[in-house]
Amino acid sequence: MEAVRFDNVKFSYEQEDEYAVNGVTLSVAEGEFVAVLGRNGSGKSTLAKLINALLVPTSGKVTVFGMDTSDPKQTFEIRKSAGMVFQNPDNQTVASVVEDDVAFGPENIGVPREEIGKRIDFALDAVGMQAFRQATPSRLSGGQKQRIAIAGVLAIRPKIMILDESTAMLDPRGRREVMEVVRRLNKEQGMTVLLITHFMDEALQADRAVVMHRGEVVMDASPEEVFSRSAELESYNLTLPRAAAICKRLQAAGMPVGNAFTAEELAEEICKSLQKI
Amino acid sequence: MQIVAKNLTYTYNPKSPFASHALQGVDLTIEEGEFFGIIGHTGSGKSTFVQHLNALIRLTGGSLTVGDYDLSQKKCKFIELRGKVGMVFQYPEYQLFADTVEKDVAFGLKNFRKDLTEEERTAAVREALETVGLDFEAIRGKSPFEISGGQKRRVAIAGVIVTKPEVLILDEPAAGLDPLGKQELMELLHRIHGGWCKTVVIVSHDMDEIAENCTRAAVFSEGRVAMEGTPAEIFARSEELFALGLDVPLTAHCAMLLKERGIDVQTNFTCADFADKVLALWKAKGEGTHAQ
Amino acid sequence: MLNDVTFGQYYPAKSFVHNLDPRAKIVFVIAYIVAIFLAKNFYALGALLLVTVFFILLARVPFGRVLRSVKMILFIIVFTAILNLFFYSGESAYEPLVDWWIFTITYESIVNMVFLALRLFLLVLGTSVLTLTTTPVALTDGLESLLTPLKWIRFPVHELALIMSIALRFIPTLTDETNRIVAAQKARGADFETGGLIRRAKSMIPVLVPLLVSAFRRAEDLGDAMDARCYRGSKGRTKYKKLVFSWRDALGVLFFGGVITGIVFMNLYLGAKFDIIGQIASLF
Repeated sequence: MEAVRFDNVKFSYEQEDEYAVNGVTLSVAEGEFVAVLGRNGSGKSTLAKLINALLVPTSGKVTVFGMDTSDPKQTFEIRKSAGMVFQNPDNQTVASVVEDDVAFGPENIGVPREEIGKRIDFALDAVGMQAFRQATPSRLSGGQKQRIAIAGVLAIRPKIMILDESTAMLDPRGRREVMEVVRRLNKEQGMTVLLITHFMDEALQADRAVVMHRGEVVMDASPEEVFSRSAELESYNLTLPRAAAICKRLQAAGMPVGNAFTAEELAEEICKSLQKI
Repeated sequence: MQIVAKNLTYTYNPKSPFASHALQGVDLTIEEGEFFGIIGHTGSGKSTFVQHLNALIRLTGGSLTVGDYDLSQKKCKFIELRGKVGMVFQYPEYQLFADTVEKDVAFGLKNFRKDLTEEERTAAVREALETVGLDFEAIRGKSPFEISGGQKRRVAIAGVIVTKPEVLILDEPAAGLDPLGKQELMELLHRIHGGWCKTVVIVSHDMDEIAENCTRAAVFSEGRVAMEGTPAEIFARSEELFALGLDVPLTAHCAMLLKERGIDVQTNFTCADFADKVLALWKAKGEGTHAQ
Repeated sequence: MLNDVTFGQYYPAKSFVHNLDPRAKIVFVIAYIVAIFLAKNFYALGALLLVTVFFILLARVPFGRVLRSVKMILFIIVFTAILNLFFYSGESAYEPLVDWWIFTITYESIVNMVFLALRLFLLVLGTSVLTLTTTPVALTDGLESLLTPLKWIRFPVHELALIMSIALRFIPTLTDETNRIVAAQKARGADFETGGLIRRAKSMIPVLVPLLVSAFRRAEDLGDAMDARCYRGSKGRTKYKKLVFSWRDALGVLFFGGVITGIVFMNLYLGAKFDIIGQIASLF
């Protein structure tokens, strides 16, 4: 089933004449893991906010499971099915105790009290933060805070999870923690994931990579394919993952190595190539 | 200015149940002219350490000298020292405050160099803004709140280097930037290192960044220096870094995997060098087989 | 660094008082304050002091910790007491002890001073038992629940409580941020310690402006995050945590009912505050 659909969507912020999103047509299937790449200011965050009706298109149409985001009567249902985690881990929690914060979403949608407890259990288990149920969010690490934010969204039981540069402010350990959780949600629970990021290596974990440039979708393919079109990628001011960059260098010098995107793949390719001789 | 720390200790909230020992005997020397990297987890003491270098945190245990300034002396001229040791905090764009970019950049100058005339000050601000790659005339009158994120960060850095500090310390200077933005920022730092500031110290989580840019680095762990040396020396000990729960650069990871399969790549762990060394291995092997 | 730990007065411990329903505790403190102002003689104040000490023991908070909160407003207590000592204008049954220029000290003014100081002392002592044993979050919940009847007159109780809890939640974040900005501006040569009042106030601008900008940015982010988590006011909202009024709270209510009645009886049978002068005099 189609989870999200963009139909020639344009959006401009009030004070600006240029379109932040300029004629995007895109379809995301249920259960898919899509990474959206692009430089800062390429329109990728605007794209994310258009999905759960935080923003409404200037023209064109966005639908979430068939519901039109520009119809105010649908907004509540849309937000129930499309949850969103934001960039700054400090600016998303409303309560001073973890479990109260996770309860915020279910409370808003009117879940009965006994059921909320179960949902908190489920959500905290899913992000591996059950042990921190009574902790104070401001004392947790960045990665832990973002996992709490994810739990807060999960407790609403959405079908789509949008992560708007949610790893940008984290250290490597925090990024790993969050990516691990996201990957598991997608693989084990069939959650549709939209990951907005500028870390190329994160995109490798997705099924599909969409590249945005000046408000338009300019590439839309598997991450491997996107990264193998390096010249095109560079024209959009994006860089290759480090392993792919090294790989390209080796290939350019005539060494017969296949494409590689991670350290493991690169080691494998170099090994194969050296042993062939 | 040479930086010498000996047995530096520091405790937050001493004599209280919340006491935490941030530094537990740090010995570290940073020579003039280095591009020095400081690595470590959040809470490893690295931020506490760098804040000692310009006396934002006062010395409580051990000794520390920065050039001729002995920070253990009460009569040490701390304000003067801060003019010589510039510090760029994480997300420095969040400290901009003045109504124009020019005034914001001039803030440090007004504090440290009260002797300057209006013209000299304008000239210094111009030079600083141009060094960070901004067009002085175009940006001087703008509000620091209405320029782009990348520009904000450059303005903030200009506001620190404007006094031409001899040592420039940056805490996670590239945090939150996209890959190209990071690359441009590192190029900028090398430009500053070559001209304005003799010594550059960066605190970073990004091992690739350290491997590509630093002349030497130190790994902080639990308030001590756990490793010190050139990136090549440090990343050759990748297993130890993993044991400390830290990352290694992609090149080091790859070299480790190759080593397990009996292929030894002698590299300094920059991407370019790694590729060159792999190619050299390949060529050597190729020639070997041709000779047979 | 550890601002959130020391934030507020809360002293973590497990005790009978800690476990009381915050609503009950708020009501007790109100009753206690009323009792203080009802008290007309030293016996009643003494009794209240005993009650307070009893609760402090019960709460397992070290006395030093409680007295520290009194220390903070010691100045106000001393100041009011001294004013009362010199400018007491009531009638006196005895010769004034000191009568110089505009100052007059009589036996009554001394008694009055002691009485007033004791009252203020008790007031602070009692309320700090509340703040020491109740987390700010629980206090907010308690207030929200107690104010619920005001919903009938369309008073936005839920919104007010949410605002309070968000404010509490952001205090540590903004404190950290303030420290960071102060350090950053110091690194650029800002001087917050010297100069007159105006100069110092001016030197705070480089801290206040970024702090304000950041607070707005955070508020905007939080608004988006709350919208995304389906927030739409109190309409159709359930509540996960419900305060439970238990036997402990009932016991407390009974106890405080007793205290107030006791104070009233003491007032009736043990005389007014100045009787103490006669009583002391009769000892000699």
